[in-house]
Amino acid sequence: MDLELMINSFPKLLTATFITIKLLSASLFFGLFIGLLFAILRLNKNPIINKFSYGYSYVFRGTPLLVQIFIIYYGLGQIEYLRSTVLWVILKEPYWCAIIAFSLNTGAYTSEILRSAFQTIKPGFIEAGKSLGISNKIIFYKIQIPIAIKQSLPAYGNEIILMLKGTSLASTVTLMDLTGVAKYIISTTFKPIEVFIVAGSIYLFMTFIIHNLIKFLEKKYSFYQ
Amino acid sequence: MELLAFGKTGWGDELFYATLMTVAVSITAMTIGFFFALIFTPLKLSKYKTLNLIGNFYTTVIRGVPELLVIYLFFFGGSGAIMFVASMFGYNEYIEINAFLTGSFAIGIISGAYSTEVFRGAIQSIDKGQFEAAKVLGIKKHIQFYKIILPQMLRLAIPNLSNVWQITLKDTSLISVTGLVEIMRQSYIAAGSTRDPLFFYSFAAVLYLLLTYLSMKLLNKLEVKYSRGY
Repeated sequence: MDLELMINSFPKLLTATFITIKLLSASLFFGLFIGLLFAILRLNKNPIINKFSYGYSYVFRGTPLLVQIFIIYYGLGQIEYLRSTVLWVILKEPYWCAIIAFSLNTGAYTSEILRSAFQTIKPGFIEAGKSLGISNKIIFYKIQIPIAIKQSLPAYGNEIILMLKGTSLASTVTLMDLTGVAKYIISTTFKPIEVFIVAGSIYLFMTFIIHNLIKFLEKKYSFYQ
Repeated sequence: MELLAFGKTGWGDELFYATLMTVAVSITAMTIGFFFALIFTPLKLSKYKTLNLIGNFYTTVIRGVPELLVIYLFFFGGSGAIMFVASMFGYNEYIEINAFLTGSFAIGIISGAYSTEVFRGAIQSIDKGQFEAAKVLGIKKHIQFYKIILPQMLRLAIPNLSNVWQITLKDTSLISVTGLVEIMRQSYIAAGSTRDPLFFYSFAAVLYLLLTYLSMKLLNKLEVKYSRGY
């Protein structure tokens, strides 16, 4: 055990943690919107829209995240047309490519979580709203969404933790996130165990916080039943 | 299309063997994972606090730390650990360990943590009366497990195990960082030498989709088989 290395590498790993947190929060933010959009599309009665949404989530859940990042970072740059548009400003940055890949990936999982949450809402709630003369829009925002949030919280908590682990793949497209820096220190010092303990503890600490945050939210949203 | 030709002109045969490699690593990793689950599930269900703690430590750490970090630990630490053991026996040469074994072992440990949770959940959801009835009938402990608990457990575990299989299959893409030539690594090589990453990575995505689709079909059949009578 090289305690000195562990202490020395801690501040470096901690600064890298901020990039991990930034990647995680940005992709969760965009992913939630994408997930909500596709969950609503999935519940649409039009078979084409419905199938499109299903296909999206099937493809993104059936392929590894690594492939998705590589397609976006290395693949899209190959299209000449894209290089000439404004989009290229975003797509040439590994940081944004990682966020796009993570958002699309977590969006696919989130859409499945939200879809099943919407589907398990008892029809009685919606009927009650209708018979009270509440408009469809308000039924959706004030009845369906809060219940869906409550239903989907446990599964969404797991998704956040999976995404936290997923951000480690940003290190494969040259980003120096927590795993990237950990790998760099390992490959320069050849002390994998020490670095693993420090970096692993930071990840576990974040998992612990997310886990408890979700528990707290679950309690907060358990207003009915 | 000529990029995918078999033989020297295209990458068809290389990608085909790479796909076989992915399947081989996934199966090996899943099997190693089962062995880990076999050790850690009883620990998690044990009456003793210390054993519980060991079981919980394993599943919490592995499921809370990124797969890539675990792979780096094994990739950089694996040969070091073996050389350390070898040096105690007076062998001081450099030992390079097989990328296939390191990769399967790293993924296997990850997959094992998920399998442990699945088995634990399945055993815990079996009715207590089943254990008690078996005990009352005077059935021997190991026969109790094989003939009464296991069949019921498998029915509950198989749908979740097929999820673990999908996770394991997708995780194998990560061991491409250690240089093992599976789908991802082969696509990386092909993309590098043809300067056509879009095509090869998309093709890799199609291969993974094909594998997940086929395995889902097979596992659904297994699920039907084990849930007959319900």
